[in-house]
Amino acid sequence: MRRQIPLLLTFLTGVAIIISFFIPHKPFNEVQDMLLDWTIIIAGFAMLLGIYSLLNKHITHIKRKDAGWGYSIILTSFFIGVFIVGIISAVRYKGYSLSPGSSLYYVYDYMVIPLSATMFSLLAFFIASAAYRAFRANKLNATLLLVAAVIVMLGRVPVVENAFFRFLTRFSDWFMFIPQMAAKRGIQIGVALGMFAMSLRIILGIERTYLQ
Amino acid sequence: MNILLVFLFLIQQTPDSLPVDTAQVTEIVRPAPPTNVIAKDTPNDAGGSISVEWDISADDGKGLKNVNLYNVYKSKTEEGKFDYVGTVGAARTSYDDQSVEKDNKGYYYIVKAQTKEGVESEPSNISSGKSQAQWFHHGRWAYLILGVIFTLFFVLYIRMAKGKKLFIRKIAGLDAVEDAVGRSTEMGRPVLFVPGIGLLSDIATIAALTILGKVAKKTAEYETRVIMPNYDPLVMSAAQEVVKQSYTEAGRPDSFNEKDIFYLTQDQFGYAAGVDGIMLREKPGAIFLQGIFYAEALILAETGHSVGAIQIAGTDRVTQLPFFISACDYTLIGEEMFAASSYLSRDPIMMGSIKGEDASKLVLIIVIMVGTVLGILGGLHLGLFENWFSNLINWFARG
Repeated sequence: MRRQIPLLLTFLTGVAIIISFFIPHKPFNEVQDMLLDWTIIIAGFAMLLGIYSLLNKHITHIKRKDAGWGYSIILTSFFIGVFIVGIISAVRYKGYSLSPGSSLYYVYDYMVIPLSATMFSLLAFFIASAAYRAFRANKLNATLLLVAAVIVMLGRVPVVENAFFRFLTRFSDWFMFIPQMAAKRGIQIGVALGMFAMSLRIILGIERTYLQ
Repeated sequence: MNILLVFLFLIQQTPDSLPVDTAQVTEIVRPAPPTNVIAKDTPNDAGGSISVEWDISADDGKGLKNVNLYNVYKSKTEEGKFDYVGTVGAARTSYDDQSVEKDNKGYYYIVKAQTKEGVESEPSNISSGKSQAQWFHHGRWAYLILGVIFTLFFVLYIRMAKGKKLFIRKIAGLDAVEDAVGRSTEMGRPVLFVPGIGLLSDIATIAALTILGKVAKKTAEYETRVIMPNYDPLVMSAAQEVVKQSYTEAGRPDSFNEKDIFYLTQDQFGYAAGVDGIMLREKPGAIFLQGIFYAEALILAETGHSVGAIQIAGTDRVTQLPFFISACDYTLIGEEMFAASSYLSRDPIMMGSIKGEDASKLVLIIVIMVGTVLGILGGLHLGLFENWFSNLINWFARG
């Protein structure tokens, strides 16, 4: 029973979603919205589990004085600080804690966004280092990749305005729209079929790893 | 007295109208109204919506070129008061009124063109329509037919697979799972499993959890620690159960540490920073990047490469695949990731579903080839092929 009930629920939910995709009439059209509401409620409670997991791990680090426990103190104290700021902002702005002018908005605007932007900007350096390795022309595949990349880069950002770069621009457009798009769509068709097969295995109860 | 006389004189001298040179003359130029207004039920919906369509005004983009908007009005009776329901921009020829209160009841519509100055045209013709709920979405026949064909293939191959040994091509990334865990064990380092920033409702995340189950079984057998930082608390809970079960199946339930599968954050780059920090501090011997990834894909893969870990990545996000292929040792490309659980378990029924997927792929290849031939012949303006090609495209594109 421990396995059969979840499998039955999965089957019924899967079938209900498929039916609601093809039948727009009430009550079938409401199934998806209803399940989405349930997901939001469950996710809200699951967030409590997440917070418990995070704090439990770091408080244990601090108690044991594990390596790097100082970082755990910073994380825990910032968590408490932002939590308090969030509550105060929610009370002051009647639930809209991220209203412009609120303390939480200030934290978000001047701390979270710059930190995220910093991490994102690191991508430029990582792209350079990954490209260096990927474009080393020591194999046929890597050489083809290098040639394609150089053509596309020069075509997209022509250095000077002349017939050669105009040709490169047209060629890189053709390259992106025809061979690149064909390969991309081939992968996407494979992904779509893979998802379909996986969904069917889950609905029919063949795939059970997620139900351990 | 003199003052009164002067005042009366001034009144007598004041003209009835202002002089011509200071007058504000505003010429009201009404645009031509839209024509052929038709109100009809919005197709393939749950009711409560009427679609209004019209031909553009003679002054929209031509003529006086002064039409800026179209305003749609509704009434419960043909001669009754028309209330405003919505606006669309110039050159638009339809509006869906989703404020219909009652299905199967007639409503009357008119449309007026409006200039930038707010001058409305005369009303268009009146058209009435009723909303209705449909019992089938007629735009989704292609999905239904293809879905039924694919499902039949799966069921057929699953039945055929029972008791047989089916051949599936080698997937290097999945064959390397055991080597990667073994390498970590030899180096005395943990295994890091990163499920990406997908939610539990994403198929790719569920596929990642199935791979996690196999990886965790190996780590339990080799007594190696597996660390898994999570973006979604629901994925964390599911992953804890999956790993716990794998350790139990391997006969080492006591080695399972729930705290190694923990929640990090639901901020994309906060998650990337946290995972990067774990990579640099823990220096894992093997890193599995499996699931849904976006801009953080290369940040994670390059940091993993810098700590010398063997990396096996897998995602269904086509735009992130080149980054993984460049930075990781093995990459499961799209469908390979979804086939992982079948491939690793070698269960005949699961393998049958992969064969069914291949048969479905063959059907799609045939459809694409037929479409290509028809497209080429249609491009040569051979009437019959041109029609067949456009019918094929329309059948797939509708809905």
